[in-house]
Amino acid sequence: MSATKTVRSFFLLELIKGFALTFFYMFKKKVTINYPFEKGPISPRFRGEHALRRYPNGEERCIACKLCEAICPAQAITIEAEPREDGSRRTTRYDIDMTKCIYCGLCQEACPVDAIVEGPNFEYATETHEELLYDKERLLANGDRWEAQIAATLEADKKYR
Amino acid sequence: MLEQFLHIAAVAAFLKEYPFIATYVVPVAWIVVKILALILPLLIIMAYLTYAERKVLAAIQLRQGPMMVGPYGLLQAFADGIKLFSKETIIPSGADKTLFIIAPMITFALSLVAWAVIPVGGGLVLANINVGMLYLFAISSLGVYGIIVAGWASNSRYAFLGGLRSAAQMISYEVSMGFVIVAVMLATGSLNMTEIVTVHRPLWVTALLFPMFVIYVISALAETNRPPFDLPEGESELVGGYNVEYSAMTFALFFLGEYLNMILLSGVATILFLGGWLPPFGIHALAVVPGVLWFVLKVCFILFVFLWARGTLPRYRYDQLMRLGWKVFLPFTLVWVVIVAGALLYNHALPGQTLSGM
Repeated sequence: MSATKTVRSFFLLELIKGFALTFFYMFKKKVTINYPFEKGPISPRFRGEHALRRYPNGEERCIACKLCEAICPAQAITIEAEPREDGSRRTTRYDIDMTKCIYCGLCQEACPVDAIVEGPNFEYATETHEELLYDKERLLANGDRWEAQIAATLEADKKYR
Repeated sequence: MLEQFLHIAAVAAFLKEYPFIATYVVPVAWIVVKILALILPLLIIMAYLTYAERKVLAAIQLRQGPMMVGPYGLLQAFADGIKLFSKETIIPSGADKTLFIIAPMITFALSLVAWAVIPVGGGLVLANINVGMLYLFAISSLGVYGIIVAGWASNSRYAFLGGLRSAAQMISYEVSMGFVIVAVMLATGSLNMTEIVTVHRPLWVTALLFPMFVIYVISALAETNRPPFDLPEGESELVGGYNVEYSAMTFALFFLGEYLNMILLSGVATILFLGGWLPPFGIHALAVVPGVLWFVLKVCFILFVFLWARGTLPRYRYDQLMRLGWKVFLPFTLVWVVIVAGALLYNHALPGQTLSGM
């Protein structure tokens, strides 16, 4: 050991430096976000809980093209369709298994009418598996509930699409 | 205080009628009251020490620490206590049941018993015995038993390794701590805790003892198995050390014992080096603040250093720990005891030296 190193370790200089550093860290601003009360910012591209959207006149957007079902890499989407009384093509069944879903966002990219989207909601934990098997009704309800936010995020991200 | 109360006429008449109560029951009750007066605040301080630890660590790591239980999380310690009380004490089927239960009791009881000789203020001491320092040393050495018995009785490799490590570590650091105490004894000429505080200490003696203070604090970290010397609990290699198998109240007793030991060693450091309940730096104007408060403040300062060290330093490797204890602290304290003794002899300041006219 060299002389300077001996002196340094003998007078605990490095320890004192370290202690000074942690001492001043104590007075720095805290980085904590008090989660249930405060939330971090979310990108417009955030891929959270799915929703099926409607047009402003209340008509559902989905035209049962099944592109989302086809592209879904986790095969989480199940769609059945037949023509409605008025002749338009609509789904009779639109299920998403949220426990299979990998939240890749390919469904919303495949959708030609912006019907299926992943909204900003990420707080939908449940106590049972069954509650996470979403059906069409649930997805449409989600769409109604989050429409304002979803429209805003789509608008914010429009120029990049 | 008791005497004044006993001289109230009605009480005196009653005691005269029942001499048994006067000679046995009243003094014992008085002792119990004194013990409770020391232990209850101590346990509350201990509860808030856990809270302070979490807060200090959080502050160093730019976090907030406990915030949810009570205002600023102030009731967190009690919530944890209630949780530990209400849980089930699990005794492993392979464990030695008696020893398994006794071990945490030993740790906890010993950490409380040691407080008997600590003067928290002028004359405020349960047992003002002449060999207070020796008594303390004996009790703190016994503390190893709680841990090694726990490691043995758990019948688990992790617990046993943790217990052995802890025992080896505590014994190693007690040696250098002993020399530190010898140096202080040389300067004060007494083993009585109250006298150690009250004996006048010239500035040069204080300066001479400062390196010993540093070594004492570091050894105290090792003695109490605190980071950076918390190898007995080394989560990364030993799961949880000697208390892996413990749960609920038995675990809580270990926890309480560890923190009480921290407070105890801080108290001893305060008495040996920081002037106990006397106002700091010998400023007499500060004596308006009660001595007990000064004592508590000084203890809190050292405890803060304990927590601060935990937030700053990474854990030692076991061979480094042993090297530090035996190859650095032991020779250094040995040499320093000789230097202190020589300096005192040269300046005619050894205890008894001026009396005998040497």
